[in-house]
Amino acid sequence: MNMNVGLEHYLVVSVLLFCLGLLGVVMRRNLLVIYMSLELMLNAANLALVAFSRFNNNLNGQILVFFIITVAAAEVSVGLALIVALYRKRHSAHVEDLASMKL
Amino acid sequence: MGLPDILFYVFAALTLLCGVLVIANPFSRNPVTSAMFLVLTVISMAGLFILLHAFFLAAVQILVYAGAVIVLFLFVIMLLDLKEEERRKIKKFSLVAGSICVGAIAVISLKSIFATEAGASRPLAVIEGDTAALGRLLFTQYLLPFEVVSILLLVAMVGVILLSKRNLE
Repeated sequence: MNMNVGLEHYLVVSVLLFCLGLLGVVMRRNLLVIYMSLELMLNAANLALVAFSRFNNNLNGQILVFFIITVAAAEVSVGLALIVALYRKRHSAHVEDLASMKL
Repeated sequence: MGLPDILFYVFAALTLLCGVLVIANPFSRNPVTSAMFLVLTVISMAGLFILLHAFFLAAVQILVYAGAVIVLFLFVIMLLDLKEEERRKIKKFSLVAGSICVGAIAVISLKSIFATEAGASRPLAVIEGDTAALGRLLFTQYLLPFEVVSILLLVAMVGVILLSKRNLE
């Protein structure tokens, strides 16, 4: 493996970061930390897209990352509002306490 | 190995280290520390974006993630008084099963990366992801998605206001 940084180096970082986020979603039981892990996964996808955009000499990947960041911001605001509304009803932000669909 | 390569290794190590500390901090299980390490992850990732000549996205990454998203997280953490986090134990079974599944996914993805022949391991020509180039593309070829995303933001805003009303009826 050569030490000069190429596309595969960025992809390896992206995959590792994605798996970290996935591990966080699977392991942690706090809704907010699960949400942060989702953000990590989105960021990993962004890194892969920017790297592909750079090494394929094409700006479309960066446009897609721009849209992903925008949608992620909207998603975070809605999701956090849902968590707050849920917390008001159930007084818990733990997934084990939120096992039933009835409020 | 030039300076950009060294910087790549520094930023990549910082990103992964802070990413680990977001999901599993051995010293504190407080969500606030997770949010703080998420800020560090996002900032070092902006460094990686700069190394990839995506200057506009690096700025947007810091502005939107570190500036808006994490602040929102911190607000919500302080709004919900999350103190009982420390007492709970992680189940051993879910720990083992989760790490096996995620490890398998990591191995498959990494093997597929190294199995493919690296065609363009070096950038052929330099493209600059600066504001002018991205803006030109955004307002010509991608004008419709841009407008749709602005409507999406409006919808999200209305939805958040509705959801945060005290009595939902």
